[in-house]
Amino acid sequence: MSYITESLAQLFGRAPGKPTKEQLPPAVQAIYAEKRKHRMTKADVEAARDEGRSTKWRRRRWATLIVVNLLFVVSYYFDVQLLEGALTASRFVGFHMADLNSALQVMLAYKHIVLNLMIGTATVLVLWILLGGRTFCSWVCPYHLLAEWAESLHLWLAKKKIVKDHSFHRGVRTVFYLAFALLALVTGYTVFETISPTGILSRALIYGPGLALLWVLALLLFEVFVSRRAWCRYVCPIGMTYGIVGVISPLRVQYNVQACHHEGDCRNICEVPHVLSITIRGRSPDVDVDLGADCTRCGMCVDICPTSSLSFKVKGFDKVL
Amino acid sequence: MSDSDTKRPKKKPLTPKRREQSRREFLRSATLSVGMVGISVLGFLPVVRGSSLRLRPPGALKTPFDEQEFLSSCIKCGQCVQVCPVEAIKLADLLDGFGVGTPFIDARAQACDFSCDGIQCVLACPTGSLTHDLDYPADTRMGFARLDKPQTCLAMQGEGFKGLARGADFRGKLRYEDVDRWTPIPVAEYPYELEICDLCVRQCPIEIRIAQCEADETSGDDANKARVARKVGNECPPKHAIRLEPVGDGSKAMRPVVLEGCVGCGVCEMICPADPVAIVIDIDKTADTA
Repeated sequence: MSYITESLAQLFGRAPGKPTKEQLPPAVQAIYAEKRKHRMTKADVEAARDEGRSTKWRRRRWATLIVVNLLFVVSYYFDVQLLEGALTASRFVGFHMADLNSALQVMLAYKHIVLNLMIGTATVLVLWILLGGRTFCSWVCPYHLLAEWAESLHLWLAKKKIVKDHSFHRGVRTVFYLAFALLALVTGYTVFETISPTGILSRALIYGPGLALLWVLALLLFEVFVSRRAWCRYVCPIGMTYGIVGVISPLRVQYNVQACHHEGDCRNICEVPHVLSITIRGRSPDVDVDLGADCTRCGMCVDICPTSSLSFKVKGFDKVL
Repeated sequence: MSDSDTKRPKKKPLTPKRREQSRREFLRSATLSVGMVGISVLGFLPVVRGSSLRLRPPGALKTPFDEQEFLSSCIKCGQCVQVCPVEAIKLADLLDGFGVGTPFIDARAQACDFSCDGIQCVLACPTGSLTHDLDYPADTRMGFARLDKPQTCLAMQGEGFKGLARGADFRGKLRYEDVDRWTPIPVAEYPYELEICDLCVRQCPIEIRIAQCEADETSGDDANKARVARKVGNECPPKHAIRLEPVGDGSKAMRPVVLEGCVGCGVCEMICPADPVAIVIDIDKTADTA
């Protein structure tokens, strides 16, 4: 199945496919056969575990996320007109920018589109097509950063057997997406914006805190005590919108099966582990495979992989060079 | 991981344990959907009850009783907040439901005095939620002023006013032509001394603008006259907004009378030294409906 249809199917909630042995290309079969001959023991995997590990991408990502959000704050406080507005809509040195999902909600609810909104939406669409779609989630969204910290707490508590992770069917995000789109269209109100932690946090940072932060806190507590990364995994329509954009983005994380130990560290830290199911032994449909568009390009798998089997790639860029 | 136990048609029948797991996951997912959508729809309550109705910035797409278009078209970004020179615009909080993040003006704390002249908030709005059909302050229809408590109004008692209109701690700002034609200063830095209190009339931005236009017209300066002649639309407000009229009992007492030119900017409510405030803005009325 092509990258686009497979990506979309996974975004909408379908579990990733398991290719049969016959479906694998001979080159991949050969690699798996070779690996079976020289099977690594648990101790080997354990010894190699920390080899290539770094925090390079996480540091870069957190720095970017904080800088982008601070730009909004600084622009307002010092009135420097660099990045005015909030994450829902803004002006970057005067150029209109509109968050794709916020713009979509407004268009559905209001049913008129003024030129400025059109320009802002188109600009941001092009930007995130180039940068990878859900890159917005992990590199810009302030809720993502808080959720990462909440996740650390959740995992620590889970390890101590104090809390248990409750999973949901990923298809529920598609249900939410349709429900919020339909609600905007039918009621004529931007219903999702009322509960969007991205909008709430961005406004709180720029214009000062309010009661709405309690809702964000409630979401974080839910993620700590009930379900790991629940909002980003199962609910957020913003992520879905950017995921769809990411389907045609050239910026992807690529997997190479050759050196992979299949130990699964990448899947354990991933927000969207279904995109990494290809790293399970016997599941890679090719020697080099691009991760699906639901991938937030956060780079945590790239950081943790002991064999550099995962890396950032810009599709077509090699040919240009 | 959720992806490994999602339901798909499989060749092998599910073990009873797996079937139970997937049944539970389905129930959890259904509960999550209903719960989350339910919570978001709660935002309807303040809108239905009318508690989210507020004094909105100039040009807000609304009728006195219906903010649906305004709430739906607003993208909740606060760009209007950022451009306001007197920081009159604030963003609504969660208790406003669907109105969360939408701009409003608390006139008593800081009214819109059109210090920007160009109605910057309208220009800043990326979605047309503050309609660009507006060119000048006189085109605005935010609300309509009303003398709410004549018994506290100083003019109605025939009294003057001396000192700071709202006390030394008041943080609101206004523009004073005799101090600086272009830059607003804190009201707390501008003491008054008035024979009869006429602050609501004296500080009305529409009345100030009318006076400026008249001054330009009657001044001997040809350049000024030519400028007035070039003025288009409602740059010079066509109608007066407020004036004092004698109460008519032979005393000094005067009554503030709100006129057709009132746009509901709220400056009279902000500057009124009476406590409780004598004059307020009704958001359920405009010059067109009053």
